[in-house]
Amino acid sequence: MANRTPIDLIAIRDRHPHHFGPPSRERQFLMGLGVLAVALLLFGMAQLGFFQGSFLTGVGKLGEIAGLMLPPNPGDWAHVRLYLMSLIETVAIAFLGTLVASIIAVPIALLAAKNVTTQRVLRFFSRRSLDTIRSVDTLIWALIWINVVGLGPFAGVLAIMTSDIGNFGKLFSEAIEAADKKPVEGIVSTGGGRILGIRFGILPEVFPVLASQVLYFFESNTRSATIIGIVGAGGIGLHLAEAIRTLELQQASFIILIILVTVAAIDLISNQLRFALIGRRGPAN
Amino acid sequence: MSSPVVQLPDAQLRPLLAAYDASVRSRRMHSLVVVACVVAAVALSSVSAEVSLGKLAANIGNFTSYFGRLLHLDSGALVFSDPVEWFWGLGRWLRLLGETLMMAYVGTALGAIGAFFLCFLAAANVAPRPWLRVAVRRFCELCRTVPELVFALMFVIAFGLGPMAGVLAVAIHTLGALGKLFSEVVENIDMKPVEGVHATGAPWHVAMRFGAVPQTMSNFVSYALLRFEINVRGATVMGFVGAGGIGVDLVEAIRKFYYSDVSAILVLIVITVSVIDTVTSHVRHRLIGLEERR
Repeated sequence: MANRTPIDLIAIRDRHPHHFGPPSRERQFLMGLGVLAVALLLFGMAQLGFFQGSFLTGVGKLGEIAGLMLPPNPGDWAHVRLYLMSLIETVAIAFLGTLVASIIAVPIALLAAKNVTTQRVLRFFSRRSLDTIRSVDTLIWALIWINVVGLGPFAGVLAIMTSDIGNFGKLFSEAIEAADKKPVEGIVSTGGGRILGIRFGILPEVFPVLASQVLYFFESNTRSATIIGIVGAGGIGLHLAEAIRTLELQQASFIILIILVTVAAIDLISNQLRFALIGRRGPAN
Repeated sequence: MSSPVVQLPDAQLRPLLAAYDASVRSRRMHSLVVVACVVAAVALSSVSAEVSLGKLAANIGNFTSYFGRLLHLDSGALVFSDPVEWFWGLGRWLRLLGETLMMAYVGTALGAIGAFFLCFLAAANVAPRPWLRVAVRRFCELCRTVPELVFALMFVIAFGLGPMAGVLAVAIHTLGALGKLFSEVVENIDMKPVEGVHATGAPWHVAMRFGAVPQTMSNFVSYALLRFEINVRGATVMGFVGAGGIGVDLVEAIRKFYYSDVSAILVLIVITVSVIDTVTSHVRHRLIGLEERR
């Protein structure tokens, strides 16, 4: 370390002028954007009350609550049975909602796909309606369906179904648009019509992709199904919200724990099925 | 133009046809088994989820009439006939929508900052300690598996009713989701710059700053924007548990049957979400384009 070669700063400067000069226009622009983003963040935090004393007392209280949640404890066996039954209900809601949505979404996706529906107006309207459905959250759909079929898990199934029609419609139509058009041309050349072209030219190719997306959503829908109970649409969310609101925090943490285990199990199963369908290195998500 | 079609003699054709039939039959059996499994699962879950098509059929009129009522003012006129009356609370709703967007922005930004610092610890190729990597990964998993609304419920107890609980819930969920995505980005970087910086004797954090961060920044921003889009949607329902934003007014309007208010707020939400979607997807495509030009 003692005998370093002296650095010839001037020579280095001459060789790489752009590293030593003032920052380039593009860099200045990006830095300005970064400063703006941070300023907006600070402004927002101030607006939402982050720099007041209540934030610190809240953090203190949160620590207390976290302490009260441990260890997870359901109370008695009657509660365990109740929770497990509603957990099964939750999974059933997610399963039915996902399945029905995927069935309904296929024809809509065909209408929204560029390579199937050549009519612009029809395509435009099916896309816009899918976007509208997607921009309303599952929980809002749940509240609306409760007004139709009453409180209970059935409203949850319909809510998951509705919001998933939007998601699936978009994903499916993208998958259909990415399909190879040669099989369809082949079928049309043998005299098959449009319907036959879709049935034998497109569907066999995209089916594994669609199925893998459906399985992927099944897991995320199980998570959504755990919270729609908060507004009264069935499932374990009702008990969880109740336990948190009445400060039965050990029960709440028990419920969260069994939810986590269930979601992990479903994740595992749906991953296995997806790999069986598309192979380990199939299309992403 | 006629091309001769080769006709195999019957004796040769028969085994081929038989093999074809057998293969078709086995595939049909296979699909039949799958379908039977799905049908059984549907039957079981229908019982558990109290599905009754009768109830749906009896009440499906409610659904259409509900939407009909959403489109009528208290006076019975169609909402479109009197937009001023329809959007009577526009000032308040716009303020609440602004609050919702602010919640989504602050939550996304805080979560993204947290994820930025955690992702280098969780990436397999640069993580300094294996046990730390496993711990960070489990932590991120916990943060993203517990639904946002559950966090919001707990934060409402700690921080009181109001948007702060919602922001923190969004931030924690974002931390978990982005922590995973960011660490996957880091795992895909070119390791040579990192090794180069290490070779000059730089400590770990300097190697990350000058070796890893420049390669990942555009992907990070792109994922954070995608998350922002999702969080705007999530923030609209935070009000359902009292955690601030437009959801407070929406849930009140739905529960108290203020039909025209429900439709007005829904229209505002749909417009806001679509605008945000369009803008962020535009920016993201430009970012991806930037990445490809390199």
